[in-house]
Amino acid sequence: MGRTVLENFTGTEDYIASVELQEAVNVALALERPLLIKGEPGTGKTLLAHAVAAQLGRELYTWHVKSTSRAQDGLYVYDAVQRLHDSRFGDRDVGDIRQYIRFGGLGRAFLADAPGVVLIDEVDKADLEFPNDLLHELDRMSFEVAETGDVHAAKHRPLVVITSNNEKELPDAFLRRCVFHFIAFPEPDLMASIVKVHHPAVRQTLVDEAIARFYWLRGLPDLRKAPSTSELIDWIGALEKGGVDLETITDRVPYLGALLKKEQDLESLQRHMHRYKGRR
Amino acid sequence: MGPARAEGGGEPLFLDFFFLLRQAGLPVSTTEWLTFVEALAKGLVAADLHRFYALARATLVKNEKHYDLFDQAFTHYFVGTAPGLELKKALEEWLATPIDPPQLSPEALSMMERYGLDELRRMFEERLREQTERHDGGNKWVGTGGTSPFGHGGQNPAGVRVGGSGGGRSAVQIAARRRFRDYRTDLVLDVRQLGLALRKLRRLGRDGAPAEVDIDATIDHTARNAGDLEIAFRPPRHNKLKVLLLMDVGGSMDPFAHLVSRLFTAAHKATHFREFHAYYFHNCVYERVYEDARLSKGMLTVDLLRWLQPETRVIWVGDAHMAPYELTAEWGAIDYTHQNPNTGLEWLQRMARHFTHTAWLNPIERRFWRHPTIAMIGEVFPMHELTLEGLEEAVEALR
Repeated sequence: MGRTVLENFTGTEDYIASVELQEAVNVALALERPLLIKGEPGTGKTLLAHAVAAQLGRELYTWHVKSTSRAQDGLYVYDAVQRLHDSRFGDRDVGDIRQYIRFGGLGRAFLADAPGVVLIDEVDKADLEFPNDLLHELDRMSFEVAETGDVHAAKHRPLVVITSNNEKELPDAFLRRCVFHFIAFPEPDLMASIVKVHHPAVRQTLVDEAIARFYWLRGLPDLRKAPSTSELIDWIGALEKGGVDLETITDRVPYLGALLKKEQDLESLQRHMHRYKGRR
Repeated sequence: MGPARAEGGGEPLFLDFFFLLRQAGLPVSTTEWLTFVEALAKGLVAADLHRFYALARATLVKNEKHYDLFDQAFTHYFVGTAPGLELKKALEEWLATPIDPPQLSPEALSMMERYGLDELRRMFEERLREQTERHDGGNKWVGTGGTSPFGHGGQNPAGVRVGGSGGGRSAVQIAARRRFRDYRTDLVLDVRQLGLALRKLRRLGRDGAPAEVDIDATIDHTARNAGDLEIAFRPPRHNKLKVLLLMDVGGSMDPFAHLVSRLFTAAHKATHFREFHAYYFHNCVYERVYEDARLSKGMLTVDLLRWLQPETRVIWVGDAHMAPYELTAEWGAIDYTHQNPNTGLEWLQRMARHFTHTAWLNPIERRFWRHPTIAMIGEVFPMHELTLEGLEEAVEALR
């Protein structure tokens, strides 16, 4: 038995994937297991599914999970209220139940003629039991529409990418079935290239200084909310627009509101400022 | 026992790596192990140790807080055996010749799950001795303390020195760099983790304004109404739990002030409680509890008991560490201005009688709990350590 890998994800031009992340995607593809992606906000969890779909030339089906989502919603929703409404006021044939069945992202991927990529975004938004229910649907790869009795089996197993913001702990049974990858916060050199994508025109010295200051801030011991990538990008934008010179960033932190959003964090920053100056 | 082997092909399964992970405290299940083996059998990694590392991690580790332990175990297992490279060679052979997924007998499977921690430890120590005997200088297996196979906190100098393919080196360096040390939860509790633990504290129920269409009831009513539509509504589901947080401040609690403030932030941020109240006290609760940590704005404890219903969940945070008279003597409060004709213990017992669910979180380690006042309070309220595990325990008890 040789290598049976048919598809291989290596990252795209806009999406730089680490070897670990590539491998996680490829394992999920080969084993046909769901891929669970966690990581801080702004580390590209959602974009991964887009990048995989783009590189493999697959259709992407997205399903944004809400606090009220049920596992079945991803397969189909039976619009009983519409049908009830039509039965009284409408002119549609209410005897035809199929027109009230709407397929969700997962359901459409099952019915598709080619293997797709399903993005189940922010799985932790839903009820605690949601992931376990979902597991059942993912394992069977077929579902029955109870209202019509139609059974739909997946023609191709899609790659299911599930993202989580860590708002809730996910059940063990669910975790056991998933391939897992945690996207770590980018290290400074990767961060520099991310910033370049967003602010190609900003002076390199300013970017370097801002990034150094940013990682120093993130390293403060008692921050309640550490600034994230998107906040850094906004901040650099503000610095550029405001025409702030390098000296100012070294001495104080201008436009601090772009980075720190909590009062206590601003207070603790004041306590640490003299040390930053002393270090340089 | 010798190295575990699959019943069928006789290929090494790195089963001792599995045991090593388990012993290191990683909750790897046999399902996950078999997934890993299946991925290897599909020839996913070829002869690239970096990809092998990534594959093992993606299939065996399901939480970033375990990445650091995994990195240490990986470094230790695949590199720490230097200079005897036998295991590494076995790995290379494995990678070079992908085989069908090995069939584990039910006995082998149950064996993998059956062993408790002590037994695993014993097996490992045997295995480690075996290694030492076979390879000169293989004592890195044993580590510094001799009780744990992990020696030098991952700063294993051999981690970089061992040769092999380029890919192998980088995997080892990556594992040895311990990039994920900060994600460990046994070191620091942050607001998010505390919030996560508190999130489980909920009991769902329906009340409030009927705002949701109740399909079942609508069908039922409509049928009873001879088919004439009658839509029924019901209130949406909410968490019914009310929570009271009581925090000890000042004095011996000062070293834990940061931890307590994080817990407060987490509880305060937890929007899913129906009601959340927080009060402060110093050492013990007497006639009054306070709205602020400076203990200036007080509220009568009897009013609190009158106002809050017995089903309110009460979380105490305090070290319960004080002079015994503060608990047992009348007028024993530590603050002179605080005149208490009833003893602190009486007040605590009164609170315990009023509320049905109470948990006391103590930032002091459990092994110091023999102190008289800690023991006394421990008899009044179930006490848990103020750690993630302790909080989870407490939440379980409060539900």
